[in-house]
Amino acid sequence: MSAATTLPAPVPAPLPARVSAGAGQLTGTGVLLRAALRRNRRRLVTWVLALGGITVYAAVALGAVYPTAADRQARAAVMETPAGILLSGPGFGTDDYTLGAMIANELGLTVLVAVSIMSISLVVRQTRAEEESGNAELLLAAAVGRRAPLASALALMAIADVAVAVVITAGLAGAGLAAVDAAALAVGFALTGAVFGAVAAVTAQLFVQARAASGSALAVLGAAVLVRGVGDVLHHSGSPLSWLSPIAWAQQTRAFVDLRWEPLGLSVALAAVLAALALRLSARRDVGAGLLTPRRGPAAASGWLAGPVALLARLQRGTVAGWTAAMLLLGLTFGSLTDSVTDMIAGNPRLATVFGGEGAGLTDSFTAAAGLYYGLCAAAFTVGSVLRLRGEETAGRLELLLAGGVDRRRVLGAGLAVACAAAVLLLLVAGLGGGLAAAAVSGRAGAVPDQLGTALVQLPAVLLLGALTAVLVAAVPRRSGLAWVAVCWVALLGMFGPLLQLPGWAARLSPFGWLPRVPAVDVDVAPLAVLLLVAAALGAVALLAFRRRDLSG
Amino acid sequence: MSAGPAVEVRGLIKNFGDVRALDGLDLTVDAGSVAGFLGPNGAGKSTTLRILLGLLRADGGTARLLGGDPWADAVALHRRLAYVPGDVALWPTLTGGEVIDLLGRLRGRADARRRDELLERFDLDPTRKTRAYSKGNRQKVALVAALAADVDLLVLDEPTSGLDPLKEEVFTECIGEARAAGRSVLLSSHVLSEVEKLCDTVTIIRNGRTVESGTLTELRHLTRSTVTADVAADPSGLAALPGVHDLSRDGHRVRFQVDNAHLDTVVAALATLGLDSLVCTPPSLEQLFLQHYGDALPVPDAVGAR
Repeated sequence: MSAATTLPAPVPAPLPARVSAGAGQLTGTGVLLRAALRRNRRRLVTWVLALGGITVYAAVALGAVYPTAADRQARAAVMETPAGILLSGPGFGTDDYTLGAMIANELGLTVLVAVSIMSISLVVRQTRAEEESGNAELLLAAAVGRRAPLASALALMAIADVAVAVVITAGLAGAGLAAVDAAALAVGFALTGAVFGAVAAVTAQLFVQARAASGSALAVLGAAVLVRGVGDVLHHSGSPLSWLSPIAWAQQTRAFVDLRWEPLGLSVALAAVLAALALRLSARRDVGAGLLTPRRGPAAASGWLAGPVALLARLQRGTVAGWTAAMLLLGLTFGSLTDSVTDMIAGNPRLATVFGGEGAGLTDSFTAAAGLYYGLCAAAFTVGSVLRLRGEETAGRLELLLAGGVDRRRVLGAGLAVACAAAVLLLLVAGLGGGLAAAAVSGRAGAVPDQLGTALVQLPAVLLLGALTAVLVAAVPRRSGLAWVAVCWVALLGMFGPLLQLPGWAARLSPFGWLPRVPAVDVDVAPLAVLLLVAAALGAVALLAFRRRDLSG
Repeated sequence: MSAGPAVEVRGLIKNFGDVRALDGLDLTVDAGSVAGFLGPNGAGKSTTLRILLGLLRADGGTARLLGGDPWADAVALHRRLAYVPGDVALWPTLTGGEVIDLLGRLRGRADARRRDELLERFDLDPTRKTRAYSKGNRQKVALVAALAADVDLLVLDEPTSGLDPLKEEVFTECIGEARAAGRSVLLSSHVLSEVEKLCDTVTIIRNGRTVESGTLTELRHLTRSTVTADVAADPSGLAALPGVHDLSRDGHRVRFQVDNAHLDTVVAALATLGLDSLVCTPPSLEQLFLQHYGDALPVPDAVGAR
């Protein structure tokens, strides 16, 4: 060390100016984008094909179900009711309801929401989720600029949105609709997706947890949908309130009616501003940290948090609350539509086939069809809820429970019990909401027990799917995701079976095919009892199988 | 508490597909003792512990835990033991305090006073959501929950891997208290010095087989330090001292191995020779394996292959 005091200290070579000047924050964006495209290629292809496929399918199906102008005018009348406007668009062209106007008005909202969800999930996956898992730390330690992860995420989202727009334009033009209007509709979808993707880019800077980032972006999307709906209900073709919502901007292009491109300028501007804001924020904060610090919680557990049922209920309370709100909205919507739809079905024999109504009792048939939708939604929730057990296992948390003196059967039973209890709650809420709304619209108090009955009669089929999922989790854990295949199968059979005029035995390949169509027919206890017995047997198999296997990661 | 050893494993075998993870493993933990379970990464330590907890099912051999069968009597046994996994995963939306309470209540006996005392000693903030915890803090949550439990056996899978030296010291004290309270402890580790510090007996495994086991005194030959010293006088007399092995010299520099039990006499002798520098290094586990088992143990064949 003494030498150092006498010898001149070596002068370090100056760093290249470009490094110290704060530029290069985007270095590596291209590499990250290529990696992201490769990792997400299946997800991207699925999203793009699904969105394109739904749009083209709807164009063909709507053309088949409403072949004449008179059919479409009857439909337009439904779409001008408040509930119709909430679920579709501002109602451009309802005085001359062409197929194009119909697609833009009715399908538009669904695709707008779906594209937005796709964009939000892609952005959060590439940004906050990577930080949460620790992968981002590894990347940023390499020659990668501070803004590169977010820039590559936004580029990935843009590629996906553009692909959706191209596929939908081609699909609609191929189905014989005006190409320029189809392009305007599709570009509107893509730009709206970009707006909400950019919202997610901002929320990903604010929150530490990926779920909070995507959840808050989805909440913004939900608020935008609601504002647009209420604004359009206040005034046909849109009120000033509607224009506060990015969803409205895409719908205000009036595609297939009286096309204008100007509203999309708002989408471009907002997406650009939000993306720039997010990029600025991303360069200013610590990696892994958010701009909002997480709240503290209780130092001790409250008295009821003492077993697997309480734990699983606690872990899912947010999810259940969200589903409950959604089921209430679904019920209110179906209920308030009851009267107007019944009128429409009466004038359209093909729709009557869809709802399975023949002759009298159209209202009851529609109520029974609503019940099927309640049941399918509850089934989707229940399957996801039971699959959480597998999620707990792969995360390594299940072994804490099991090593803590909890019997395996008790854990699986708790998972099933929580899922089933929540399913009952969801069906009750949907039925009650539907009944109250139908009673308010029609002034018929009997609508409440009708709707409650049709909702609750779904329970045995829902429980059967939940028990089937439990068998998969217990016996073939690595394949337990197959439960979603079962959900898609029963949904397809339930929703399109009547339209495709499948024979009775085919419909009975789904547990929902065995349910009595309450209130259109009287309750038949036998099939319900059989379904419950099968569900109980599956549950018993699951409990036995879960006891016998190794825990796996 | 039942008589006999807290853990007794004989000829344990476990296959994962084609891979034989355990290949006739033996392990004993005497009641009331602290047993070290030592081996390099991938030797089968966690697999053994997970079989003892009834999370995995053995393919062969016998395992007894607190006098019961770890698979068939899992729940009853788990009420009498506490476990700290090697990689602690916690429910991200619960706070550390909530997780500790939940785990205590599952077992049925929660000691609130002891829990608060441990929280303080480990310097853990129980109001943070567990997703905000570092690896070390997640490990502290599991440790506090386990050490606060009134149980007969502690099963700890590399419990100090995320702790800083100060908290490692706290952990050492806690293990001493557990031993004083008559608890049995099974502690896996890949750090030899940690096992030396904490344990009464050691079992060393490699490739799913037990290669050495016994009390620390019996395994004293494994705990030889390497000494390198520069001395002014002639060091040849050192070779005759008890516990000194493999002495070699190079001018004024001398290098030899010494049993740790004889370190004091050897250092005293060195001091009389005019010591210029002294380096004394304990054997690392890697060295041990190289020295003692390096080529002796073939890697077990894949099951069913050949």
